[in-house]
Amino acid sequence: MTVDLDRCDGCGACVVACQAENNIPSLGVEQTQEGRNMLWLRIERYIEGSYPDVKVRFLPMMCQHCDTAPCESVCPVYATYQNNEGLNVQVYNRCVGTRFCGNNCPYSVRYFNWYDPDFEGKEKNQLNPDVSLREKGIMEKCTFCMQRIRRGKDNAADEGREVHDGDIKPACVQTCPTGALEFGNINDHHSRVSKLAHSGRAISLFEEKGTHPSVKYLKGGTADVF
Amino acid sequence: MSSNNVKRSSDAVTAGGHGDISLLPELEAFRDPKSKAARASYDDADIYRDEKSFNEHTLAPMFTTSRAYFVFVIALGIVIANGFAWFVAQTFLGMGQTNMHEPLFWGAYIATFVFWVGMSHSGTIVSSILRLSQANWRRPILRAAEAMTAFSLLVAGMFPLVHVGRLWRVYYMFPLPNQRELWPNFKSPLMWDMMAIGIYLTGSMTFLFIGLLPDLAVARDKAIRENNWRRHYLSFLSLGWRGSHREWSVYNKASMFLAVAILCIAPSVHTIVSWDFAMTMTPGWHTTIFGPYFVVGAIYSGIAAVITLMISLRWIFKLDDVIRTLHIDCLAKLLIVIAIIWTYFYFCEFNVVWYSQKPEEWGIWEWQAERFGSFLWIMVGGSVLSIFLMSWRKIRTNMVAMFFITLLVNVGMFIERYLIVVPILSHRDSAYMWTDYVPSVTELSIIVGSFAYFVLLYALFLKLFPIVTMADVKEGVIVSGDVKLGRHAVRMQVKE
Repeated sequence: MTVDLDRCDGCGACVVACQAENNIPSLGVEQTQEGRNMLWLRIERYIEGSYPDVKVRFLPMMCQHCDTAPCESVCPVYATYQNNEGLNVQVYNRCVGTRFCGNNCPYSVRYFNWYDPDFEGKEKNQLNPDVSLREKGIMEKCTFCMQRIRRGKDNAADEGREVHDGDIKPACVQTCPTGALEFGNINDHHSRVSKLAHSGRAISLFEEKGTHPSVKYLKGGTADVF
Repeated sequence: MSSNNVKRSSDAVTAGGHGDISLLPELEAFRDPKSKAARASYDDADIYRDEKSFNEHTLAPMFTTSRAYFVFVIALGIVIANGFAWFVAQTFLGMGQTNMHEPLFWGAYIATFVFWVGMSHSGTIVSSILRLSQANWRRPILRAAEAMTAFSLLVAGMFPLVHVGRLWRVYYMFPLPNQRELWPNFKSPLMWDMMAIGIYLTGSMTFLFIGLLPDLAVARDKAIRENNWRRHYLSFLSLGWRGSHREWSVYNKASMFLAVAILCIAPSVHTIVSWDFAMTMTPGWHTTIFGPYFVVGAIYSGIAAVITLMISLRWIFKLDDVIRTLHIDCLAKLLIVIAIIWTYFYFCEFNVVWYSQKPEEWGIWEWQAERFGSFLWIMVGGSVLSIFLMSWRKIRTNMVAMFFITLLVNVGMFIERYLIVVPILSHRDSAYMWTDYVPSVTELSIIVGSFAYFVLLYALFLKLFPIVTMADVKEGVIVSGDVKLGRHAVRMQVKE
């Protein structure tokens, strides 16, 4: 995935889309004040300068799906591991809730279910049937919309073809009004995401940590490389 | 080596040790436990006049129970029940009952866990070092120290269970065969931790039990004689000990072997606990000094706790002649050495970060100084102050002063564990997620309950098992005695 920081205007549509797609409960005022707002994708705001010369920078932050993920090696029960698509996946049923993975994630993008999710009234009818609900006491995080990746692959297989670039769009990518987010196969040299990730504008967050994240951020230069 | 051999060799120099030889009048002073000479003496002949009165005296805390004891136990029970009730509520409602939140996934529970593992580190270490170095003054206090290890480990082992999100799935961490062929992840420091603590608990329990055998037999005989209800479990647990040659020789071999084994296991246990932190890539935790620093910190808080405990036992059970000023003095000297090493390590850890000023690491220190400044001063100041105070013999032999100094050391060490967990996790790499944390009522109640639980375990142990290492004291008496050299009688020791 690539995130074009020059295009992001911090509208937060991706956050809402993610929440709706992945059955993430909204925790209410009290829990949010406790600092337990469960956002698989969050928009971090950094403010530069002082009034009146203020500039706000937005940084959409989700699980970076690191190639050498620090969260994986510390889990005592293999509840989180690297699957063969290069995704860092979380097995909800296996998780014991030691929360060690969260401590070892430099991006702090892992979230814990402090309570059982509480979906009230109409919210229940709105749940995505493709995504499992998580009970209290387990970790969860961005899956790159695993269910959409599966569906995209199934559809391609049904039609007897390879997955084309743009077949699979996670909820955030689909929703982003400015097109700041791109998703695709980074190993396919013709894909848009691969071209962006190999452009001179691409950076990784906390590169010095050696986590080799799959998410590349694009910054500086002309916004449109195509 | 067997005490029987020792007895033979001491007989050879005509020093039976007690009762059977006449003393010169100037040496009579050593026989009187209240005399100054006896208190300064390094052997236990003075508390041991004859076997019967010694047994009666040292078994008294076990066989006589006052009403205050029951009141105390009930009070502890209430505190524990309170903690347990909060724990049950937390399990049913969810971990949200604590004040932890992203990205502070570990809080006061883990700090307390590390504290209790640390507390467990001196009992058996002190006991095995003193056994192996044949320090003669160690004899009466071994059991009290060993029991502390076993019980603080039991309390420590409770905390991972309190901490995990899904208590009912905790068996996933055990290598149980299952249909999906899922295996625990042995790359995770938590797995190492679980195994290390399991081994240490088994080892120190065995050490405690083997050491208990001869004394259990003495207590059993007394219980059977007096038709006391304790005879049932004592007969079972003393494994039919009769005190034969073979039993003593096996006993001595086993306790030596276990002393060496424990001495190897104990440092590895706390090193592994430190790796729960140091093996992560979190700035502030990821440092090579954590292994030795944790081990020294553990021994530091442990020895301080041993002293606190000894002074309390001495005061409550009037065991002044068994746990003497001498013991506290010797332990305090050991504590000074460890305190200096710990303070030095802490200085090293600070100095490197301060000099390099790497923002992600120095930022944590600044954060910590800003929010936990007074805590930092209690911890470092307490440690430095205790070193200075304990340098005076007058203070080392003053029980009230030592009680408060060692208590201060342990308050400091609890703060140290808290400061290792909390400021570092509330100041992670992602600046957007910086946060604050204060433990909730649930967390505090469970932590206070854990302290009461430890005291309760110890209090029950006192009433069920002999607290003074009687066999070792007797052995010490046998190997030392007054030998007549010409016109003078000289106190001599036969090497163990």
